[in-house]
Amino acid sequence: MECQECHKRPATLHFTQVINGNKTEIQLCEVCAKEKGYMTYPEDGYSLHNLLSGLFNFDSNHIGTQKKDSQFQQVKELQCARCEMTFSEFKRVGKFGCAECYHTFSSHLDPIFRRVHSGNTKHRGKIPKRKGGDLHIKKQIESYKSELQELIVNEEFEKAATVRDKIRELEMDIRNKQDGDQS
Amino acid sequence: MTLEHFMNEAISPWMRENGPDSDIVLSSRIRLARNFADIPFPIIANQHDLEKIREFLQQEFEHLSFQDYKNFEFISIRDLSSIEKRVLVEKHLISPLLAQNDGTSASMISNNEQVSVMINEEDHIRIQLYFPGLQLTKALNKAFELDDWLEEKVNYAFDETRGFLTSCPTNVGTGMRASVMMHLPALAMTKQINRMMPAINQLGLVVRGIYGEGSEAVGNLFQISNQITLGKTEEDIIEDLQSVVQQLIEHERRARTRLMEQSGTELEDRIYRSLGSLKYSRIIESKEAAMCLSNVRLGIDLGIIKDLSRNILNELTVLTQPGFLQHYAKKTLTASERDVLRATLIRERLQLEE
Ligand SMILES: [Zn+2]
Ligand SMILES: [Zn+2]
Repeated sequence: MECQECHKRPATLHFTQVINGNKTEIQLCEVCAKEKGYMTYPEDGYSLHNLLSGLFNFDSNHIGTQKKDSQFQQVKELQCARCEMTFSEFKRVGKFGCAECYHTFSSHLDPIFRRVHSGNTKHRGKIPKRKGGDLHIKKQIESYKSELQELIVNEEFEKAATVRDKIRELEMDIRNKQDGDQS
Repeated sequence: MTLEHFMNEAISPWMRENGPDSDIVLSSRIRLARNFADIPFPIIANQHDLEKIREFLQQEFEHLSFQDYKNFEFISIRDLSSIEKRVLVEKHLISPLLAQNDGTSASMISNNEQVSVMINEEDHIRIQLYFPGLQLTKALNKAFELDDWLEEKVNYAFDETRGFLTSCPTNVGTGMRASVMMHLPALAMTKQINRMMPAINQLGLVVRGIYGEGSEAVGNLFQISNQITLGKTEEDIIEDLQSVVQQLIEHERRARTRLMEQSGTELEDRIYRSLGSLKYSRIIESKEAAMCLSNVRLGIDLGIIKDLSRNILNELTVLTQPGFLQHYAKKTLTASERDVLRATLIRERLQLEE
C-alpha cells in the first residue's frame, strides 16, 4: 500500500486515531509519519501529550497545503504575554503555560477542544462561588427567563409579572455592581 | 514492625467500610484540577512561584480541619525517601508525577486518607477524594464542598467560556476526572470486557487496567473514568459514568452466574488452586499474586470460600506492591527478594484469618 500522504513511498506504518468516537485509520511512510508528528513518542513510551500534539498536527494537515505556510507563520507569532509560551510550543508540548494562554490562543482553540471533548467548546459545569462574580446571577436570570416564557404560554400572567420583577431586580444588581467596579 | 501494624498502614481507613455494590466496585474517586489565576502553571512556572504556592497553602490549610476530616497532614515530597514516595503512590495518595516533581510538590492528606490535595502536580492544585463502593454523587458533593473551602482562600483560574483553566487541554472546563475501580473477573475471563470497551469509549468514557503496564489489567482490576471535561455539567458526567458502571455490574453478575452454571467445577478448581498458591507458595511474582488474589476474591463473592474476608483483595494488592514490600523490609530489595517476601507476607496474612 502506498503512503496516504505523499503517495510515493510505501506505507510501512499504520496509525489509528479515535476522534469523538470515530476511528480513523491512516497508513503512512516513515518520512511522512515523522513529519506529521506521529512519531514523536519518547523512548520511555507513549504519553498523552504526545498523542495530543499528534492530534494538533493532524489538524494542520487539513488546512490546504498552499494555505499551510502562511497559516504556520501567523500561528508562530502568537505568544502569551505573561508566560511567553508560543502557540507552536503549546502544540508541541500539548500543555498551556498559564491562564492567559487561553486568551492569547483563543481563536485557535475551538477545533482542539472540539476534538478532545467530543465537539464541545464551552463550559457548562460548576461556577466558583467567589470568582464566578455575576455569573451566578446571569444563570439565575436565564432560568427565570425560561420560566417566564412558560408562564406566558400558559397564560399565568400574574405569576409571570412576579417573575419579570425578579429578573429586573437581578439585572439592576448586575448594573450596580458594574458601576461600582468602574468607579 | 508487626504484620498487623504494617497492614494497618497499607489499608487506608476508609477502605474498611463497605460501600454500595462493593462486591464489584472497590472505590469511587473524584479528582478536581484547579490553578491559581495569577501564577504560571507548574510546567512553566519558576521555582520561586511554585515555592510561593506551597508555602501559601501550607500556611493557610495546615492543621485546619475540614468538616469531619480531622487535621490535614502537610507532606513535602522532598522530605520523603524514595521508598516512602513509592508507598504513597501505591496507596494512590499521590500520583507518580507528584513524586517526580519532588522539588516543590506537596500533598495535604486527611487523617483517614480519604482526601488528598496534591500541590504543584501538573496543575497547582489537584483535589482527590475516595469513597468505598459505588458512591459517585456523594463523592462529588464532598469534593465540591472541599473545593468551595479552598476557594475561600485561593483565587482560581476560571473563565466564563472555558471554565476552570488547566494546564492540559484534556482537563479544561470542569477539571474533573471521576473514576470507579472495578473487579471484573468474569467479564475478563470470558473476554467480554474487550468487546464492551469500544461502546464504552463512544460514550466518552475510558476503561483502563490498573497496576498493569499499559492497558493490561493485572488482577482483573479496571478503572472506568470520564474523558470529556468540557461542555457537560459535573452531574451529567457522573450520571453517564454511573449508568455505564451499573451496566457493567449487571453484566459481571450475569457472567458470574453463567460461569457457575456452565463450568462450576472448573471455576471452583481455579479458585481453590489460586488459594493453594497463595497459602503455600514460597516465591510469587506480582502478576501471579494479583491473578490468584482476584480468583480468591471471586471465590469469596460466590460463597465458595467462606472463611476469608472480602478485604483481602484490596489489602494484599496494595501490600504486595514493590514499594510496600521494601518499606516492610526497610531496605531496597531485588526483584527475586521481593518475590520471596511477597509469598511470605501473603502466607502470614492468610494465617491471621485462621
Ligand atoms: Zn509518505
Ligand atoms: Zn501563558
